[in-house]
Amino acid sequence: MSFLSNFWTEWGGAVLWLAWSVASSLILLALLLIIIAFLLLMDRKVWASVQLRRGPNVVGPFGLFQSFADLLKFVLKEPIIPAGADKGVFLLAPLVTAVLALSAWAVIPVSEGSFFGLAEGKWVISDLNVGILYVLAISSLGVYGIIMGGWASNSKYPFLGALRSTAQMVSYEVSIGFVIVTVLLVVGSLNLTTIVNAQKTGLGTSLGMPGSILDWHWLVLFPMFVVFFISALAETNRPPFDLPEAESELVAGFMVEYSSTPYLLFMLGEYVAIVTMCAMTVILFLGGWLPPLDVAPFNWVPGIIWFIAKVTFVFFMFAMVKAMVPRYRYDQLMRLGWKVFLPLSLAMVVIVAAFMQYGGLVR
Amino acid sequence: MALQAVFFYLFSFLTVASAVMVITARNPVHAVLWLILAFFNAAGLFVLLGAEFLAMILVVVYVGAVAVLFLFVVMMLDVDFAELRAGFIKNAPLGAMVGAILLIELVMVVGMRFAGTAQVVRGPAPAPVAGSTISNTEALGAILYREPFVFYLEIAGLILLVAMMGAIVLTLRHKDGVKRQSISAQNARNPATAIEIAKVPAGGYTVPPKAPEKVRS
Repeated sequence: MSFLSNFWTEWGGAVLWLAWSVASSLILLALLLIIIAFLLLMDRKVWASVQLRRGPNVVGPFGLFQSFADLLKFVLKEPIIPAGADKGVFLLAPLVTAVLALSAWAVIPVSEGSFFGLAEGKWVISDLNVGILYVLAISSLGVYGIIMGGWASNSKYPFLGALRSTAQMVSYEVSIGFVIVTVLLVVGSLNLTTIVNAQKTGLGTSLGMPGSILDWHWLVLFPMFVVFFISALAETNRPPFDLPEAESELVAGFMVEYSSTPYLLFMLGEYVAIVTMCAMTVILFLGGWLPPLDVAPFNWVPGIIWFIAKVTFVFFMFAMVKAMVPRYRYDQLMRLGWKVFLPLSLAMVVIVAAFMQYGGLVR
Repeated sequence: MALQAVFFYLFSFLTVASAVMVITARNPVHAVLWLILAFFNAAGLFVLLGAEFLAMILVVVYVGAVAVLFLFVVMMLDVDFAELRAGFIKNAPLGAMVGAILLIELVMVVGMRFAGTAQVVRGPAPAPVAGSTISNTEALGAILYREPFVFYLEIAGLILLVAMMGAIVLTLRHKDGVKRQSISAQNARNPATAIEIAKVPAGGYTVPPKAPEKVRS
């Protein structure tokens, strides 16, 4: 009995902390995955509408349960591992992709303050000081799942897809890094919650308006907003930059040899990464959970709802780009990344830094 | 902080174990993957020390960029394992010597810390000042971007710039007779310069149309 009480005094705090972390992470993951299931359906519906098709409409009302039917089908199929594959790495690759993509959500704040009297404070699992660097680091690790999958498949198309993808993701990370630097210069903090709260005041409030859409970074850093959006498409291998998969030339790129649950994990990782990039766009440029106009009917709505609405909006833009823009050629992709975005974002870093320093705007 | 100790032993065990796997793995790609795990756990140790900025930079730079290129090269190489093993006996004494020197140096550094003779390593580790709100990143920036370190930082940046320019100059070759794409010339084309409509008289012979003006790069 005394052993137990000793154990509790020494380890109690740790156990409670661990239990709370695990519980809140599980809640976040469950909600995130359910939302992603419906975003996936939205992606297909938007794509279908642009092409004058109906899209998935059989499972459930309006096809609402299509993603869950897909999930069941993937899980129940037989996983096939090619004879020449490196078995361990082959199975590790989709796990790495999915786990890394999900772990980025540990630092993403989804709201702040009260939700009808519940849950005061910051709505984030780990309020890291260097949250934005963590997201950048995790998204730069996403390339490992693709390289490992492409190499371990021991086949030509996956390997070519993996090579393309590596070069592409490394190239666009550079410009994403510089875009993030410009936002950091304006805000002066690496903490994601601070970045959102810094957008409470800005261009609109300096003109005497209440906090509004004009205060958010998308207006003052408009070129960077565009660069970030396009780089996010490239970083997540979305069309028009889906060269690693490129159905018409590489069949499905690094995923050719995958089937069943490993394939599901790859797809899941990809979509979680897309939603993460949407959330980052919202946090960096679209004011996170802040209402578009800080007056009566809008600021009654809880922040989490604004956050989800904005993420859905950015995801809609991603889906429209997928539906409307044809795939880039590989040399055009590289040219855009290195010869257009990199000089542009570098120049913006210098301009913004000079403006902050000599315009007396350093916070 | 009992939990911190648990995580410390977890991270350090994994770092050492994966470092051992790097040199014992038969397949070079597996070796690189173990190396990445070692980097990752080292970043975990940095976080435990309270150096979260260094940890993230370690992951972004080493794991996210350097190790990717490493893996890229190793994957493309056609390594002959038999040949590699043949050279083992020949290179073993050299390797043993380097290892021994590193071991002696490590023992000396640790020994000095315990003996307290060296000026640099003596004294408590710089702990964050209690109640200070300065974050890790700010503290590092305040040191790196102020005199005298800002000069060293700029010199390091200049050296890297020169190295980058050197690499570009070494690989940049302009051969004559190679067709190159000129994006601006392509974008500047319009119907007037690119196409010509030939009038074809009915029933008569056609005059061969003049070849359209070539786009020169």
